[in-house]
Amino acid sequence: MIPLSWYVLFSAALFCIGLYGALARRNALAILMAIELMLNAVNINLVAFWRYITPDLIAGQAFALIVFAVAASEAAVGMALIISIYRHRNTVAVEEIDMLKW
Amino acid sequence: MLSLLQIAFLVAAFLTIVSAIMVVTTPSMVHAALWLILTLAGVAVLFLLLNAGFLAVVQIAVYIDAIAIMIIIVVMLTKGATRQRIRQVNKTWWGGAIAALILFAGLIALFTQTPALAVNAPALAMSQEALLEDLGMALVDVNRYIIPFEVASVLLLAALIGSIMVARPLVRGKDEEVEA
Repeated sequence: MIPLSWYVLFSAALFCIGLYGALARRNALAILMAIELMLNAVNINLVAFWRYITPDLIAGQAFALIVFAVAASEAAVGMALIISIYRHRNTVAVEEIDMLKW
Repeated sequence: MLSLLQIAFLVAAFLTIVSAIMVVTTPSMVHAALWLILTLAGVAVLFLLLNAGFLAVVQIAVYIDAIAIMIIIVVMLTKGATRQRIRQVNKTWWGGAIAALILFAGLIALFTQTPALAVNAPALAMSQEALLEDLGMALVDVNRYIIPFEVASVLLLAALIGSIMVARPLVRGKDEEVEA
């Protein structure tokens, strides 16, 4: 059998890779992709804890489904913002988007 | 000795981690989106190994089918801003790398002190069909998770309307006046 620690270790690695991507990339789309990686890591953890700790309560899977819905809305709104900013400023590099900075 | 399931886990986890690293390092946005699809597929395999077949299907239908395709379309719509020769990391990328490494090291140190993580999976009390039925019932049961479920549907509707409003061209009315 696969021990729980393998899943937890895997999702920690995936989360840290996503964190690096969100902090280091310039492109707003790349940051969105990195955030998707982090949400996936969280989902793996939720389902793994459901399977290993509380297999009788379906809460882990139900919450993972809610995370799916939040991730889908976040991606849709984020990409709408990126398209809108690209129309106005002709860039998607986050350090050039400084209209709110003075 | 590794069992078949363990080998499947290791192969899927290795592929997922490698493609996740490619997502955050490759300069081309189109390539990053394609690596992201591989990463999401690897996570779907892990859901299957965790006896969560429905979530694996949702992972493929929502993430790979909708989000990844949407990312590729937005990459194409923002052509020119995503060219390869443009620098893809910001000036403080090393800070992000250090933060990620520190977090990973801290998490590993935490895991080594948590004996509960060594447990093996208990046998499932229900069959796969009963599990899926229970998940569906839990989401619409008044005494269980109907409120998060309904909030999620309102959130999706708000995101739908909001993204249409945000992405809509602003100056359409003015353009029509100019043409008239």
